[in-house]
Amino acid sequence: MRELTYLEAVREALWQEMERDERVFIIGEDVGVYGGAFGVTRGMVDHFGPQRVIDTPISEYGIAGAITGAALTGMRPVGEIMFMDFTTLAMEQLVNQAAKMRFMFGGTIEVPFVLRCPAGSGTGAAAQHSQSLEAWFVHVPGLKVAMPSTPYDVKGLLLAAIRDPNPVIFVEHKLLYKSKGPAPEEPYTVPLGKAEVKRAGRDLTIVATSIMVVRALEAAAQLAGEGIEVEVVDPRTLKPLDTETIVASVSKTGRAMIVHEACKTGGYGAELAAVIAESEAFDYLDAPIVRLAGRDMPIPYNRTLEYHTVPQIEDIVGKAREIVQGRI
Amino acid sequence: MTLDTVTQRDLLRQMYTIRAFEEMAEELYARGKIHGTMHLSIGMEASAVGAIAALRPDDYILSTHRGHGHCIAKGADLKRMMAEFMGKESGYCRGRGGSMHIADVESGNLGANGVVGGGLATAMGVGLGLKMQDSDRICLCFFGDGAANLGPFHESLNMAAIWRLPVVYVCENNQYAMSFSVERAFAIDHISERAAAYGMPGETVDGNDLLAVYEAVREAVERARRGDGPSLVENVTYRWRGHSKSDANRYRTQEEIDAWKQRCPIAHFRQHLIAGGELTEAEADEIEARARADIDVAVTFAEASPEPDLSAIEQGVYA
Repeated sequence: MRELTYLEAVREALWQEMERDERVFIIGEDVGVYGGAFGVTRGMVDHFGPQRVIDTPISEYGIAGAITGAALTGMRPVGEIMFMDFTTLAMEQLVNQAAKMRFMFGGTIEVPFVLRCPAGSGTGAAAQHSQSLEAWFVHVPGLKVAMPSTPYDVKGLLLAAIRDPNPVIFVEHKLLYKSKGPAPEEPYTVPLGKAEVKRAGRDLTIVATSIMVVRALEAAAQLAGEGIEVEVVDPRTLKPLDTETIVASVSKTGRAMIVHEACKTGGYGAELAAVIAESEAFDYLDAPIVRLAGRDMPIPYNRTLEYHTVPQIEDIVGKAREIVQGRI
Repeated sequence: MTLDTVTQRDLLRQMYTIRAFEEMAEELYARGKIHGTMHLSIGMEASAVGAIAALRPDDYILSTHRGHGHCIAKGADLKRMMAEFMGKESGYCRGRGGSMHIADVESGNLGANGVVGGGLATAMGVGLGLKMQDSDRICLCFFGDGAANLGPFHESLNMAAIWRLPVVYVCENNQYAMSFSVERAFAIDHISERAAAYGMPGETVDGNDLLAVYEAVREAVERARRGDGPSLVENVTYRWRGHSKSDANRYRTQEEIDAWKQRCPIAHFRQHLIAGGELTEAEADEIEARARADIDVAVTFAEASPEPDLSAIEQGVYA
C-alpha cells in the first residue's frame, strides 16, 4: 500500500471530502495562504478558494461560533484551533452551546462539525502550546472525541468525523505529523467508536492513545526480545469508547497498563482503568491496573525536562517489565 | 414603510399574547406547576415584536434567557410552548429545555440561551452558513446590555463585519445586567456607539415604541439581505420584573419601576392605533381578551400532556 505522512493523510481527507461534498469547508487561523501553523492545509486555498478555506482573525471563540452556527444551517464545517491549548478560549461555545444544543432542543437539530486540534508536547513550545486536553472534552456529553495515531487511522477517522452528524473534537499530535504509514488513496472511513489491536500479545495489554501508541509499539518490540509479549490496543476514539475490544484484550492477557501523554490526575487513563475494573476483565486480572501518564505539571521548556514530563519508550518498557514480572 | 391595519392589529395581539403568557407562567410558577426559574420580559414586548415584525418567516433568530417574547413573536405554538414550561413531552424540547432553552427550529428560532451572550457567535456562524449558501435569509441575534460586555460580543461583531454577514444584532438594553446597571457597566452613553468600532451602522431607539423598533430593525434587515453586512440596533427598554425568580429588587427603586410602567409598550401602541383610527377601544379589549383566552387553551393542553417517558431519558444527546 502507498505510504504517506500523518499530515498528508489529514490533508488528503480534507481535500477528498471537500471535493465530494460542497457543504464542507475549512475555517481557522492562518489556514489559507499560510497553510496552517503546521502546514496541514497548505495549497488548499489555491484549489478550493478563500470562500471554502477561510482565514479568521485570532478569535477562537468566534471560530467555535462560526462552525456551530454554520452547522445549524446545514453546512459541514471543519474548524482548526491552531494549538489545542487555545480551545480554552472557545470552551463556552463548545461545551455550553454546540454540545448541548441537540439535547436541549429535544433532538430537533444536528450540529455536524469537526474541530481539529493539534496537541501534545515535544516541540519545545512550553506550557501554553503543548497540552493534551482531551479529557475535558470527553467529559462533555454531546461531543465525540477522536485521537488517531497513524496515517491510516487519521484519514479514515477524519472522513468519518466530517460525515458524522455530531460535533467531533479531533485531536492530532504534532509529533505525529511527520510519521509515515500506509493509507489507501481512495476515500475510506474508520468508524468512530472502534478500537484496534495494533499488536497482539499474551502477557500484558497496553491501552495507549495518540503518540503513545507509537511509543508503546516500539516498547513492545523491545520487550519481545526479552520474551514479554505485549498487546497494544488503540481506542482511536475516546468517545464513544470501544470497551469491548479493551475488555476482551485484558481478559486475555490478565494485565492492563494505560499510557497517555496528558496529566495523570483526572486524565482519560482514569476512565480506562475504571472501565476495565468495572468489567468482567476484573476477574482475569493478575496485577493492579497501572497508569503511566504525564506528570501533574505544566510542560517545561528545557529539552530534558520536557522529555521527562511525559512517558517515553524506556518508561513504558520499564513499567511493563515491572508489571509482568509481578513487581507491582 | 407603513404597516397595514391588519398587521398592526396582529402586532398588538402578539404583545398582549406575550404579556398574558408571561403573567400566566409567573402564576403557574407561584402555584408550583412550573419549576426551576424563568426570566420575564414583561415591559419589553415591543422590542421582541417590533424586531421580529421586520423579518421574513424563513429568517432565523437567536434568542436569550429572556426570550419568551421572541419565541411567541417568531410564531411559536403557544400550546407546545406552555407544555415545554411544564416539562411535558409535547413541549418544543420534549421537556428537556424548559424556559431557558426553548427553541422552535421550524419557525427559525434557534433557541433561547442560558448563557448571557451565548448566541452571539453562533448567530455569526449562522450568517456565515447562509452567506456560503447564497441564501437571502438573514439571522437576527437578540442579546442584552450585559452581553455587550462579553468577549464574544467583540469576536462575533468583528467577524460578521469583516465578512459582511447577513446578521442583525439587536441589543435589548433593559438597564440592568442582573443588578449591575448600564450606568455602572458602560462608559459610553449608547451601546450602539460600539458599532462604529466594527465598521457597521449602529442605532439606538426607544425600545418601548414598537414602530421605532420596527423601522430601525427593518432598515438593518434590508441591509443584511442586500449583502451589505451586519448592523447593531439598541432597543432601550426596561424589565418590570426582577432578573429571575430570586430577585428581591434591592438595586433599584419602586419609583423607577413605576416610572417605566408609565411607559408601557403595549399601552403606548394601543393608544397609537386608537388615536390613528386603526382600532376602537372595544376592539382593543377584544384583542387582549382573545390573547388571554389563547393562553388558557395552552395551559389546558399543557396540563393534559404526558410527562416524558423515563426510558427515553438519554435520547437526543447524540444524533
